[in-house]
Parts: sequence; C-alpha cells; structure tokens
Amino acid sequence: MRRSQWLDPLPRGTDLPVLLPAAAGLARSAASERITGFPMLRLRAAHGVALLVLFAVGCGIAEAQGQLSQPSILTTIWKWTPLLLRGFLFNLAISFLAMALGTVAGLFLGFAQISLFQPVKKTAWLTTHFFRNAPWLVLLFYCMFLLPFQITVFGVTIPLPDWIKATFGLSLPVMANVSEILRGAVQSIPTTQWESAASLAFTRRQTMWMIILPQCIKRMLPPWMNLYAILTMATVLVSIVGVSEMMTLTRQALSAENRPGLLLAFYSYVLFWFFIYCYPISRWTVRMEAKYAVNL
Amino acid sequence: MQSTSDSSALPEATTEPIVSICDVHQSFGAVEVLKGVSLDVSRGGVVCIIGPSGSGKSTLLRCINGLVPIKQGSIRVANFDVHTLKTDEQKIALRKEVSMVFQQYNLFPHKTALANVMMAPIHVLKENQDEVRERAVALLKKVGLSAKQDAYPGELSGGQQQRVAIARSLAMRPHVMLFDEVTAALDPETVKEVLNTIKALAQEGMTCILVTHEMRFAREIADEVYFTDGGVIVESGPPAELFDRPIKERTRAFLSQIL
Repeated sequence: MRRSQWLDPLPRGTDLPVLLPAAAGLARSAASERITGFPMLRLRAAHGVALLVLFAVGCGIAEAQGQLSQPSILTTIWKWTPLLLRGFLFNLAISFLAMALGTVAGLFLGFAQISLFQPVKKTAWLTTHFFRNAPWLVLLFYCMFLLPFQITVFGVTIPLPDWIKATFGLSLPVMANVSEILRGAVQSIPTTQWESAASLAFTRRQTMWMIILPQCIKRMLPPWMNLYAILTMATVLVSIVGVSEMMTLTRQALSAENRPGLLLAFYSYVLFWFFIYCYPISRWTVRMEAKYAVNL
Repeated sequence: MQSTSDSSALPEATTEPIVSICDVHQSFGAVEVLKGVSLDVSRGGVVCIIGPSGSGKSTLLRCINGLVPIKQGSIRVANFDVHTLKTDEQKIALRKEVSMVFQQYNLFPHKTALANVMMAPIHVLKENQDEVRERAVALLKKVGLSAKQDAYPGELSGGQQQRVAIARSLAMRPHVMLFDEVTAALDPETVKEVLNTIKALAQEGMTCILVTHEMRFAREIADEVYFTDGGVIVESGPPAELFDRPIKERTRAFLSQIL
C-alpha cells in the first residue's frame, strides 16, 4: 500500500458529499443571509483598532497641516464631543423608534405572508418585496416629501417634524425585512412538526401559536438584531434630509472650525462611536447564532 | 359522525372491522403510489405492513390518518368515512380516534417530555390540567421514562424520544395507533425498548397498524401481515404462513433478501 494513500485517502477534487468545516460555515451564513437579506455583521475588535489607527493618522495629518497658534486636534474634538454625542443619541432614538415601528408592522406583514388566503398572501408578498428591494434613501425621500408636515385628526393637529417623517421612512425597509425574517423562520421549521401536530388534532392556528412560533423566536432573534445594527448605521442617512443628528452636526462643526485637515479625524471619530455601539450587538448576535445553531 | 365507542366496553375482536380500506388510489403528480389497496383491520387487531421502500406503505398510513387526501376508493375508520372528511373539525374528530407515531419522533423540541404528552389533551380535548398531568405521568411510567419527564427532547436518546412520542399519542386515548417505521431511525440496541412498548400496547388490545422492517417483530406480534410492492398488496396472511410459506414469487424474493 502506498504511504500517500493512507495520509490522503480522498482523491483530489472529490465529489463526495462531505461538508468540510469551512463549507459548513459558508452554508450556514448563506442560510442566514437568505432569511435576513443582509450578510451577518461580524465586527471584530481588530476593526476597532483599525478605526483608532485611522483616527490617530487623521489627527496627525491635521496637526501637521495646522498652525501652532491653533488649539490641538484632541482639544478641538473634545470641545465638540458633547454636541456630537447629543446628535448620536438622536441617531439612537431614531433607530429605536424605527425598529419598534418596523417590527410591529413587519410582524403583521409576515403573518399575512404565511396566510392561506391567497389575496392576502400575494399582497403581503408584493409589499414585502417592494420595500425590501427599494433603496433606503429613496424610501426616505418619499416619506419626507409625501407626508404632510402636520396631520389633523378629529380637530387635533399633530405636527410631524422632519425627524418623525425620516423615522417612518427608515421603518419601511425594517418592516419588509422583519416580515421576511418571520416568514423565513416559520418556513425553516420542518414540515414534520406540522404533520405531527396535525396527527394530534391541533388546528392550524393552535399549531402556529403553540408549536411553530415558540420555536421561531430563537431563530428570529439573531437576524433581527443584525437588522437593528444595520439600521443603526443607516440612521446617518437622515442627515441628507436635514435632520440634525450626528452626521449633520459633524458637518456643521467642521464648517465652524474651518480647518480642512480636521475632516479625517472627525469622521473617523464618528465611525468610532458607531463601532462602540454596534460591536457588542454584533458579538452578541454571533454568540446567540452559534448557541441556537447547536440546539436546534 | 361522533364515535360512541367506549374503550372500556371494547368487544372481543368482532367481525366488524374498525379500519376498512377499499380500493384506495393515491398519486403524487404523475407517480401513482397506491394502485388499489384494500385491507380490513378488526378491533384489537395488529396488522403489519412490510415491503420495499417506495411501495406506498407510509402513504397508506398517512391516508388512514387523513393527512393525505386519496384520489379514489374509500377509507372508513370507526364511524368516520375518512375520504369524505372536508372541514378541519371533521379531520380533528378523526384524529382523536386515530393517532400516529412517526419515524423521526417529531417531538416538540421546545417542550419537556411531560409537556409534550400533556399538550394535545389539554389544548385539543380541553381536559382538566391536573387529570391530564396524572395520566401523562402514568403514561411516561408505562413507557419506562418516569425519570425523564422534565427532560427536553434534545436531551433524550432516539429510543427515549420515540417512547415519549408513543406516550404522547396514547394521551389522546385513540382507538387505533399507526406506527410508521418507528424503529427505522434507531440503533439496534434501542430498537428493542421501543418494540417492547408497542408489544405491551398490542397485548392490551389496542388496534395497531405498523409499517415496519423488523420482520422478527412482525412475525411475533402481528395477526395479519401484508406484503406491498409497487402500490399494491402482493400477498397477505397470518405471519406464520406469509413468512414460512409465501405463495408469490415477489414475496419470496423480498423475504430471501432480508431474512
């Protein structure tokens, strides 16, 4: 027996149906992307370090371009930090609200998507895919320009400030993605669960609420949290329509300082704040995904 | 259409069959899976269906339970004409009579063993929770899993899961039990614990229809064995006759391959 055959028993380029660990990982992430529509956000500590380096380089460049009479970059950034953070909190508020609105609407839409009543199912499918595949910025502009600046209900006038309209705009793609996450999770439960429930005389409604959905929650959490992280990063889009969140304030700070060298330092500072917020979410999502992948 | 039969007043294996299948045809697309199958099962009878894979054995069980509609023929279980049941309510009424155990156990993974057994009686039969719990505990004891009642399916071995599945079906107090290759996914050692459970059940007078590849078990337990191939019943008879003196060439060929 040739020695090499023992060391390398599989012929090269084999078609044997063996999933190598790497391939299994790829298959898993492909499966989750089919549900979420987004690649899973996998932030690492190294990404944070890279951002810090970028920030340091930005500071260095700015210092080199500046004059001695000007205050140092770090002092300048520190001066603006309270304002920028207020903007960042506004980003977070928008992300919470858009996520809440989008999730509630998305769950309704998702249930409609798995309805047995064809017109409801078809309409929900169309709605989901329309909002899921439309560019977020276009949806944002639609909401900004189509929604009135105030609405009157039963004689009560409710103002709709820009940031509320922007939040509506962002909640539309969230709604569509949550709808798809729900549909995907329900369909990922093996049909044998439906079958055994049917053989035990459960109705469809009972099966859905007592057997299928409780199993879905675990599967929905990781993609839902991933969607939230992506939404948080997308909230800076609202700066384009004039809402004074972190990006808008950064631009204003930069024009007030009037020092072109500050650009890189300021924007990497903004990036760093988003990293600090999204990194734990991303880690948690990855951990949860791994845990539930084993248990299910 | 409500059955009035009472399990305590079961007559001794009467001539009146509890399951009566007549000329059943079933196809998936262009593939005809069942091509006119007829068989009767008397009350308290134990019937084994054997045959090669793809011969329509499992499909037949699914038809009996109303999980799959049939194209032609008739199926009568207790007082239900299965092939005429349309609404969900009617099908549910049938499934309270006939319970099915699957090859892959299909326990509900988010519930403990005890909760798996209790779910259907509480939510489908709307029975009192305490009574159901008592019965479920007794059933788990009967299948030898008292110690595991708070375990989740993921923490149980295949054989244990399958016994929980049997207990779960029994909790509905069915009059007929359908077993669809329940030992096919188990390792040889655990097969025995499941078969013993089924045997005890059959000896208590439960009507059982089993699709199985366990020939020795079929010979031991069955009143009547049916050999199916290509969607028809090739041969049937008491186990001693079918296994020892098969008449048809196809039956002989099949048995010689596996015995």
